[in-house]
Amino acid sequence: MIPELGHFALALALALSLAQAVFGLWGAQRAEPRLMAATAPLAIGTLIATGTAFACLMWSFAVNDTTVSAVVQNSHSAKPMLYKLTGTWGNHEGSMVLWVLILALCGGAVAGFGRKLPSTLQARVLAVLALVAVGFLAFILGTSDPFLRVWPPPMDGQGLNPILQDPGLAFHPPLLYLGYVGFSVTFAFAIAALIEGRVDAAWGRWVRPWALAAWSFLTLGIALGSWWAYYELGWGGYWFWDPVENASLLPWLAGCALLHSAIVVEKREALKTWTVFLALLAFGLSLLGTFLVRSGVLNSVHAFANDPARGVFILFLLMVYVGGGFALFAWRAAAMAPTGVFAPLSREGALVLNNLLLCSIAAVVLVGTLYPMFADLILKQKISVGPPFFNSATLPLVVPLIGAMALGPVLPWKRARLWPALQRLWWAALGALAALLLCLALEGQQIGPALGFAAAAWLILGAVADIADRIALFSRPRAALARARGLPRAAWGGAIAHAGLGVMMLGLAGMGLATDRLALLQPGQSASLAGYDYRLDSVQDVAGPNFSARRATVTVTRNGRDVVVLTPERRSFPVGRMTTTEAAIHTTWLSDLYVVLGDERDGGAVLRIHHNPLAPWIWFGAAIMALGGGISLSDRRIRVSAPAAKLARGEVTA
Amino acid sequence: MSEATAPDTPNPWRRRALLLAPLVVAGGAGLGFYAMLRGLGTGSYDPRGVPSALIGKAPPDFSLPPLEGADRPGLSAADLHGQGRPVLVNFFASWCVPCVIEHPQMMRLSRAGVPVFGVAYKDKPQDSLGFLQRHGNPYARLGVDLPGRVAIDWGLYGVPETYLIDKSGVIRWRWAGPVTEDTLTQDLEPLLRRYA
Repeated sequence: MIPELGHFALALALALSLAQAVFGLWGAQRAEPRLMAATAPLAIGTLIATGTAFACLMWSFAVNDTTVSAVVQNSHSAKPMLYKLTGTWGNHEGSMVLWVLILALCGGAVAGFGRKLPSTLQARVLAVLALVAVGFLAFILGTSDPFLRVWPPPMDGQGLNPILQDPGLAFHPPLLYLGYVGFSVTFAFAIAALIEGRVDAAWGRWVRPWALAAWSFLTLGIALGSWWAYYELGWGGYWFWDPVENASLLPWLAGCALLHSAIVVEKREALKTWTVFLALLAFGLSLLGTFLVRSGVLNSVHAFANDPARGVFILFLLMVYVGGGFALFAWRAAAMAPTGVFAPLSREGALVLNNLLLCSIAAVVLVGTLYPMFADLILKQKISVGPPFFNSATLPLVVPLIGAMALGPVLPWKRARLWPALQRLWWAALGALAALLLCLALEGQQIGPALGFAAAAWLILGAVADIADRIALFSRPRAALARARGLPRAAWGGAIAHAGLGVMMLGLAGMGLATDRLALLQPGQSASLAGYDYRLDSVQDVAGPNFSARRATVTVTRNGRDVVVLTPERRSFPVGRMTTTEAAIHTTWLSDLYVVLGDERDGGAVLRIHHNPLAPWIWFGAAIMALGGGISLSDRRIRVSAPAAKLARGEVTA
Repeated sequence: MSEATAPDTPNPWRRRALLLAPLVVAGGAGLGFYAMLRGLGTGSYDPRGVPSALIGKAPPDFSLPPLEGADRPGLSAADLHGQGRPVLVNFFASWCVPCVIEHPQMMRLSRAGVPVFGVAYKDKPQDSLGFLQRHGNPYARLGVDLPGRVAIDWGLYGVPETYLIDKSGVIRWRWAGPVTEDTLTQDLEPLLRRYA
């Protein structure tokens, strides 16, 4: 009964969305207030319907209803309740329902908080959001019905992939989707602007909070995924340039460019065409990621079980939304005349440089990801593009980007002179140089990590210099605190986000100095790495709730003093017939001690030991970046003129 | 970007072309993706498989002697078409452990009436014979490639390796590695039905 209710709710949501799309577009075109006024209640209705469908699906997972195919394939009664619930979106069908639910949430937010918007703009935005929802609801109902029944019901489910039974991964997809779907709102605003042929400062003020919110969630989502890969997969790495990772990085880069260029639209009414293009691109790249992951056209550890019929459907949606958006862009964008004029060396100029560099990085990642697939298709050649390509091709773009990141915020609008700006940053530059030389002196010829430390110092000190300058910390220190309180939150947010990247660079540079070794140890023997001694005490059998494991006990000492006891495990899950490695990690914040249990032979065990300096700062830095985004969102200017930010902040806490 | 550097837009046609570029790129990529999806269906595009230059072509010309004592005829290129149905060519060796894993699947195919032709790759004849006596002989024809010459012409990646050749004698599918139960039900059986 409950699954049928969910199925019905999905169909209802489809009907409501269809009405919302037609009323919105038609009503705005005809300037028909009654039709336009209907879109907001319809958006709320869609939200209630999709919410009901999602709740029904979650209920089916919670009670382990084995007549539902998705539950049978992805769940098991022996699983802890938390993972039964998170299993709702740990599979293709459920994750699509979550996707649509978040889309409906965004629609509801535009309907509820967008009353101050011009009514035609609001109606068109809601209509475009509804069009996106229609496509994906039709996709769910047509090719991936989550409520499909099986009869007779099997005794129990087939279990969830044990690698996915992890809190980090349980919340990685929802955060990513909040990011991806958030860009559908900026996409809808861009389409509405193209239809109206008008982009102004008010439009920029509306788009920026959505871009910020989407970008912040995407930052958290990507960081959580990377952290999960670090501690769960046991490879000791944090980013592998896997095509699916790249697919999430691409909208992040485009979104990052978008939220910066939206500032220029809002403050100076320039870069309009470009900002609209970025809004289309960010959503297009989000959809591209969905297509790549779910269609089976690429080879990746992340890919979902694939079905060509689904692939064709998603490709069709991708072409309708992205192709339609770009066609409208080609037709209408020429009408948008820029009004603000600026010199190359100015805040605007720095933001243009930021956009150019971010988009170039995105282009490099896009080509590196797609080229092997197209080479296979057209040239019939199998090639693989790996980390060496991405690392060496993005480095020359990242270096000037970081250089400009500290400089940009201290430049004035319209026209700037370089010398006064550099004067404000001289001590940040000095700090960066000191970090570079210090690293070279301590670690020898390690140019990559040395550059990383220099970048970290430059960004963090540069952000401090920016804030210090704005509150006149040195020139008039007495009133600095009062000025700090009066400083717009957007300024704080920007500085904090930039410093967050600096903190992340610290972690990346530290990981550049990581060392590891492989040791076959008999119980009682020890191996040493980076000043720590790792003694294997024993390897025993242990039983978990739904797995059995081999657990090694490793005592770590430094100069004869005990540091910590690590217990890496190799777990085997009988239901999924899978083994996972549980790395044991001890963090001192200065470094991670990371031990993985490998094969056992001749009474001993192979241990892989990693020493990862500053590793936790990578994810800590990402969290700071997202925090900066959140603080920027709480800016009074955004709250007053564009109340949607309220919702976006509400989502942060949710 | 153009408006940032040239706000007065000297050439409207160039600007139009620039604005059209994203659509053209997206359209091209879309066509490519569609071709990939089609290729996934027909087997000509496979992101996971090891490539073979022979897909869509006729197998190289060869002729291999039979295995003494196995009571099966030898194998040559001429045997691969004119069977009226798709055939499988399976490279194996007694010294290869994955071949033991895949053997039950070959037996199953053979019992289902699919012509399975074997090539014993770099394997001593008495060892091949012992292997077939222990695990059963699924092969309707069996060639011995002791020096591994024919395998080079086929572009063999390693053993076991299996090729599907359609009615007209064109190679349609190549699988490097053991044909497991999953491979059998998810890949091979649909292909056999398609080319039947």
